[in-house]
Amino acid sequence: MLPQIPYSFYFALSAMLFTIGAIGVITRRNAIVVFMCLELMLNGVNLAFIAAGNALNSLDGVIFVFFVMTVAAAEAAVGLAIFVMIFRLKGTVNVDQVNLLKG
Amino acid sequence: MIATAFSWLVFLSAALVAVVASVLMVTRRNPVHSALWLIVTFFSLGILYLSLNAQFIAVAQVIVYAGAIMMLILFVIMLIHLEKEPEQAKKVSGAKIIGSFITIILFLEIIAAVLAFQVTGRKGTFTPEVLARVGDVKAVGTALYGKYLFPFEIASILLLIGIVGAVVLSKRRKD
Repeated sequence: MLPQIPYSFYFALSAMLFTIGAIGVITRRNAIVVFMCLELMLNGVNLAFIAAGNALNSLDGVIFVFFVMTVAAAEAAVGLAIFVMIFRLKGTVNVDQVNLLKG
Repeated sequence: MIATAFSWLVFLSAALVAVVASVLMVTRRNPVHSALWLIVTFFSLGILYLSLNAQFIAVAQVIVYAGAIMMLILFVIMLIHLEKEPEQAKKVSGAKIIGSFITIILFLEIIAAVLAFQVTGRKGTFTPEVLARVGDVKAVGTALYGKYLFPFEIASILLLIGIVGAVVLSKRRKD
């Protein structure tokens, strides 16, 4: 067994990835890049779950990450289908121009 | 001594690659470049999962995220055939600045909580020695088909809904 890195480093790295993804979601205007930053946030949270599961000698972290990955895959399929439909309707995937509900 | 140095070397290099690749992913203008940097991030996260004795999740990360989801995203980028994002005016809107600032405050809050907190809770039974003896994939499989059977079956129905939804949403209307 290799010596374990203290878990606070893993949580700090998870927070950093989550923050970078969140800034990407807020800042970028291309819907597909926004979606990729969302996946980055999900991966940050996965890292926190695995680290906590390892710290508590439990498999619950691994099982939860399994289900997060499943949900992310289903969300990717449906979300990208919606992006394709939006592109067919408006000719762009710029999130600033999807404003049909704007009053 | 050598083992500690090796652990730190693996962790620091994987963490540095993950952070640098994610920053590059967020800032690229070309969405294909963003997708490729995200694949680099996923691989470095797989290495981090291996350092946490989660072999099943490391392999699943590479297969599902870097293999399937990123391929899906790249195909959609190809179907939408975008060029580089035409940045007409390089005006950085005030909303983005305020949003990024608030997100950085959130990050500082999380770091403060991480530094002030030890992972408490009742420790389970799956120590790394037990997992090395039983096998991580076998233990995860026993848990998925034993204690977590119901969520596992519901996840399969969720994936079926995703597949049907994607096919229905992508069909061209006949009108």
